[in-house]
Amino acid sequence: MTDKAGNGAGTFAFTPENRAKADAVIAKYPAGCQASAVLPLLDLAQRQNGGWISQAVMEHVAGLLDMASIRVYEVATFYTMLNLEPVGRYHVQLCRTTPCWLRGSDALRDACRDELGVGLGDTTEDGLFTLTEVECLGACVNAPMVQINDDFYEDLDPARMKEILRACKAGDPPSPGPQTGRQTSAPSSGPTTLTEL
Amino acid sequence: MLSDSDRIFTNLYGIQDQGLAGARARGDWDGTAALIAKGHDWIIDQVKESGLRGRGGAGFPTGLKWSFMPKEEAPGRPHYLVVNADESEPGTCKDRDMMRHDPHKLIEGCLLSGFAMRAHAAYIYIRGEFYDEAVALQAAIDEAYDAGLIGRNPCSTDWHFDVYLHRGAGAYICGEETGLLESLEGKPGRPRLKPPFPAAVGLYGCPSTVNNVETIAVVPTILRRGAEWFAGLGRPKNTGTKVFCISGHVNQPCNVEEEMGIPMRELIEKHAGGVRGGWDNLQAVIPGGASVPLLPKSICDEVLMDFDSLMAEKSGLGTAAVIVMDKSADVVEAIARLSHFYMHESCGQCTPCREGTGWVYRVMLRLIRGEASVEEIDLLWDVVGQIEGHTICALGDAAAWPVQGLIRHFRPELERRILAAKVGGDAAATAAAAA
Repeated sequence: MTDKAGNGAGTFAFTPENRAKADAVIAKYPAGCQASAVLPLLDLAQRQNGGWISQAVMEHVAGLLDMASIRVYEVATFYTMLNLEPVGRYHVQLCRTTPCWLRGSDALRDACRDELGVGLGDTTEDGLFTLTEVECLGACVNAPMVQINDDFYEDLDPARMKEILRACKAGDPPSPGPQTGRQTSAPSSGPTTLTEL
Repeated sequence: MLSDSDRIFTNLYGIQDQGLAGARARGDWDGTAALIAKGHDWIIDQVKESGLRGRGGAGFPTGLKWSFMPKEEAPGRPHYLVVNADESEPGTCKDRDMMRHDPHKLIEGCLLSGFAMRAHAAYIYIRGEFYDEAVALQAAIDEAYDAGLIGRNPCSTDWHFDVYLHRGAGAYICGEETGLLESLEGKPGRPRLKPPFPAAVGLYGCPSTVNNVETIAVVPTILRRGAEWFAGLGRPKNTGTKVFCISGHVNQPCNVEEEMGIPMRELIEKHAGGVRGGWDNLQAVIPGGASVPLLPKSICDEVLMDFDSLMAEKSGLGTAAVIVMDKSADVVEAIARLSHFYMHESCGQCTPCREGTGWVYRVMLRLIRGEASVEEIDLLWDVVGQIEGHTICALGDAAAWPVQGLIRHFRPELERRILAAKVGGDAAATAAAAA
């Protein structure tokens, strides 16, 4: 059986270090409820496997949790953060939902396409970037924003977006968070509350 | 305006230390054992008297919800507190700030709320995309264990209590409480039929209560300052403080904690720097996250930001995520984007939602360009009414309401586009025939 990327022949097993982490995760749930660990373990495995989940990964997790393989496939195909095909070293996820769109997410998308030379859902030839559009990432007062791997880059404009991509290309991603120097979710000119404390 | 001394989330912006020392300096973990010593029912009664209503969107009275839990733990059926931190409602980003900047309020809230419901464990289900927030919250949980505040004999009481963090993996539907429980059990997040309700059959088939992050995080302060303090803020049945998220076409988008019932205009002008181009440049506001119907400026001029005031205007407070649109916004596309969202996030188990959300999106796409007939507006109204109330969970309702709000308040705009497309089309046809 091969997966979508045709990598059915691959094998997968947790490294000893990750196996210890997996055991610690499983211990969070009551005895007999180890299936609860399927999402955390698939995430851990995805990280070890270079950012995606192959058939072999699912089989390994199913064995570890004593689950039927089909139950793991069913989970792996339901959740958007689990990648069933390889992704680039930098997975750029553009938020497209209304709060980001109102503040210019379309222009960020165009900037990414220009800079990377790929369309939505594609990976650059050098395997460095995958560009996808996603639904609301939950940083709406810092719109528009993108997620690159684990980090949120907020309060973006097209010029800054391109700079960030170039920095990633150079192997030196900038610090995440608001890109305007603003304090997290406070008003940009400074808090209107919590000033008397 | 709410005074700073009445604000609960005093490190909302992360300016101060979010660790245990900082939290203690802000009053967290102060006298927790004494609160526990007052007993399970005292806590539930205090929360009832405070008037606290769930902060996750539905606004159900929290104390009442807790009282549905069994009074005694049956053998082999432990009770669970489950915290819904799957914050995914478009426009909403308040729980994120609480978890990364004030995590001890949530952890102490878990202990007190869990104790009230006779639970020995809390699972916090955080959306997977909040990776950095999960790291911050886990660090705070570890600190609380190390300091003996949770775990065995927490705060020197004899009530053992564990707090576990569980990361999701990208599915809006897991914010629905039974979808969340399914996901937490290691399955796709497909909501369950109710009844049975989680208080009877919840996580692992055991009595469980699912509460939003903000709901749990305000509990310690309510217990310390007293139910009457919280009940004295806001208006009757709409009490307390609320963290609002103001996004879209304002000069300074932000999160801010304010008194429940603050006028929308005051909220936007005091804290978010006003509407871009001034209040008269306002077109519409979605007052409570993507799922609630939008309101035109005429209603926004006067409306108060609480559950009952917004419901009276056929909208809702929802998660208190205020999405502002000025006159430059294409209000039809703004709603069409939400239709796309619901189409993408439908779990697919109920036909009206699975099929209907896609159908609605395709019609909405045409309505952006006016490529429809006027009768299709009525058809759309009819179809969303057939989704609403005909699905296992409220995602179907949530998909219907924004479209209903658009038709209710912006029908002339929809008709104008249809007419313009028709006239434009006719003109093009005439020009083509002439050429």
